[in-house]
Amino acid sequence: MLAYTVRRALYAIPILIGINLVTFALFFLVNTPDDMARMQLGAKRVTPEAIEKWKAQRGYDRPLLWNGAAPGAEKFSDTIFFAKSLRLFTLDFGRAEDNRDIAREIRTRMWPSLALALPVFLVGLAVNVSFALGMAFFRASVIDLWGVVLCVVLMSISTLFYIIGGQYLIAKLWRLVPISGYAGGLDALRFLILPVIVGVVGAFGAGARLYRTLFLEEMAKDYVRTARAKGLAERVVLFRHVLKNALIPILTGVVVVIPSLFLGSLITESFFGIPGLGSYTIDAIQAQDFAVVRAMVFIGSVLYIVGLVLTDLSYTLVDPRVRFD
Amino acid sequence: MLFLLPSDVLVWLLVIAVAVFALYCSRRPHLAAPWARVFRNRAAMAAAVFLCAYLLVGLLDSVHYRPRLPVAAPNAPVVYAVGVRSLLDRLLTPLRTQLEKTYSAPLATHLFQKELVRAPGGGTWRAFPRLRYGGAHLEVVSARGRDLAQRALGGAGAALLLWLLAVAAARRTLLRRWPEAAWGAAGAALGALLVVAGVVAALATGYHVLGTDRVGNDVLYQALKSIRTSLVIGTLTTLVLLPLGVGAGIAAGYFKRRVDDVVQYVYTTLSSIPAVLLIAASVLMVQVYVDTHPALFPTSAQRADFRLLSLCAILGGVGWTSLARLVRGEALKLSELDYVQAAQAFGVSHARIVTRHILPNVAHIVVITLVLEFSSLVLAEAVLSYIGVGVDPSTISFGTMINAARLEMARDPMVWWSLGAAFIFMLALVLAANLFADAVRDGFDPRVRVGAVREAAG
Repeated sequence: MLAYTVRRALYAIPILIGINLVTFALFFLVNTPDDMARMQLGAKRVTPEAIEKWKAQRGYDRPLLWNGAAPGAEKFSDTIFFAKSLRLFTLDFGRAEDNRDIAREIRTRMWPSLALALPVFLVGLAVNVSFALGMAFFRASVIDLWGVVLCVVLMSISTLFYIIGGQYLIAKLWRLVPISGYAGGLDALRFLILPVIVGVVGAFGAGARLYRTLFLEEMAKDYVRTARAKGLAERVVLFRHVLKNALIPILTGVVVVIPSLFLGSLITESFFGIPGLGSYTIDAIQAQDFAVVRAMVFIGSVLYIVGLVLTDLSYTLVDPRVRFD
Repeated sequence: MLFLLPSDVLVWLLVIAVAVFALYCSRRPHLAAPWARVFRNRAAMAAAVFLCAYLLVGLLDSVHYRPRLPVAAPNAPVVYAVGVRSLLDRLLTPLRTQLEKTYSAPLATHLFQKELVRAPGGGTWRAFPRLRYGGAHLEVVSARGRDLAQRALGGAGAALLLWLLAVAAARRTLLRRWPEAAWGAAGAALGALLVVAGVVAALATGYHVLGTDRVGNDVLYQALKSIRTSLVIGTLTTLVLLPLGVGAGIAAGYFKRRVDDVVQYVYTTLSSIPAVLLIAASVLMVQVYVDTHPALFPTSAQRADFRLLSLCAILGGVGWTSLARLVRGEALKLSELDYVQAAQAFGVSHARIVTRHILPNVAHIVVITLVLEFSSLVLAEAVLSYIGVGVDPSTISFGTMINAARLEMARDPMVWWSLGAAFIFMLALVLAANLFADAVRDGFDPRVRVGAVREAAG
């Protein structure tokens, strides 16, 4: 088991290197640092000196890949690729445009993100699974039909409308909870209720419909027919046999997103003013803060890969047929 | 003077490609049969009518030209305006040019905000002034209800007449050619659509049917213009996604070994980066490029068009991995089949095997994926434009409409019509696309077919 985990984690290394190369190419080869400086400085203040100063402040005044002028090993290490891209592996992300340490910012901001994303994930999963189970129980009836119709309609509405509508209905019309903002400790609860509801409703349509399909596929299997043939009640068949077996693909399927919960949700956070990583990313995109976006791309990919590794491990845990070698 | 933007050219090329594909399908029973199943689905036929209506608006908006400027002297050379317009702009000239001062509610006769009004006898007070165009033909405001009813009835009547003509024409042609398709649902959808369109068009001659926004632009005009942006993003993305996904997938599945390793590595790496972040980073880079190369884009329309196209390219470049994975799996299976093995044994070239045996047999996966992808792309456009990494801010799209209107719900009394219009237009488009995609998936999915056979057998 341990050997398998280690081997599986080692597979991730080439992918991490690939991601690093992609971010490097995207941020430094598509446009030169000079272009970025011109963009950031604005058309009016662009002078060669200003560009040089901008680059020097951020450490972009080195050669990209090979520094012929530097002595010894610094030929390689005193380059943008080494200083900006390879350093990402040590979780050193450099500084944002406002001169704050990005790694520190990420450490403080991931907790509000998690406080929002984790309840959305858990409540959403429970709601989707139970609704899907209900539709599967009443399959091929009016309830099932309208359930699917409801899912398709909900799927067809943009997330933006869920947020705007939820904010309007609950916070303005009914004056139940604050529209936006955040506070530490238990006070956070009041601010989180609304975004959690919005997040759950927004993901409901697609999720419930997918799980309904999984349940129906499971119910078409032979052992279910056997269970019915020996005279078990439909309720027992559904809850004792189908639910257990259908939960395996559902649960192993969602493992991959668990690490990414730290990233939070981009739009929900910025709409509701929650100081998490999602709103941090949006702010950075809007301020064209390349260092922060680069850091978030890298972090997001690392978390996703961790999720992939966890998924593989969870398969081996729940399904004895998957062997470790 | 005809002035096609690059995206116009690509849109029309795509239309031609789809027409050719339709012809190709109709000649081959194994591809025509799934489509026949799709068209027997009532929801799909109704959805197809809506999609066709959207397509019509989008295509009208994809023929751009530069209008001729009024001639200064009798013998002066002909001069064309710098800005481009589309045929849709031409059709909607009243909507485009009749600007109010600021917000006005749907079908209103008065402005939404109070202004200083000069009284006839001297002195001023604050009141809601009459609109410049909306309901300006009314002498007394109280006649509005009657006027609205008259126009609406007239519009609905004309629409019904048109519908009867269309149904009669369809009975003689379409119905005879393909009797088994669900024409009833299509006819009902067409009737509903025509009546709504007729009423709206009749009302739009004298009012702002969906109100005006903060700077007085007609909201109906903006919603109609947004359609093209959505369609372009939903369809042109295919041009990048399709060759990458199918090419890489078939290469990996057919040639296996080294090629497979490389392709798998590339798509695992790309799909590991969260899509939104990768798209955002790429769009930021395009923004830098556009900003630092102003000489390449002489007009703002060209700049906006370049950003639209690059967004499509980015979405396609990020989205091809899932298609490649599906195609690879299918190609792996196909390359083990007897007839492919036999072809290899006879010494048929790889290129020929791929085009004759592999490609036609992955077509169903490609069709399903592309149709399913469309609605998610339309939704993605709104979100991306909202967070500022979508289309150019000057391009009218659902995302930019929502972005401009997001604070209006907080006003008191609130301004709901911009968001409402974007909501209705998007919902109709995405819902129709989803319903159609479901039918396509059911029609093309071989597993469904097996199930149907089993059911039929007892």
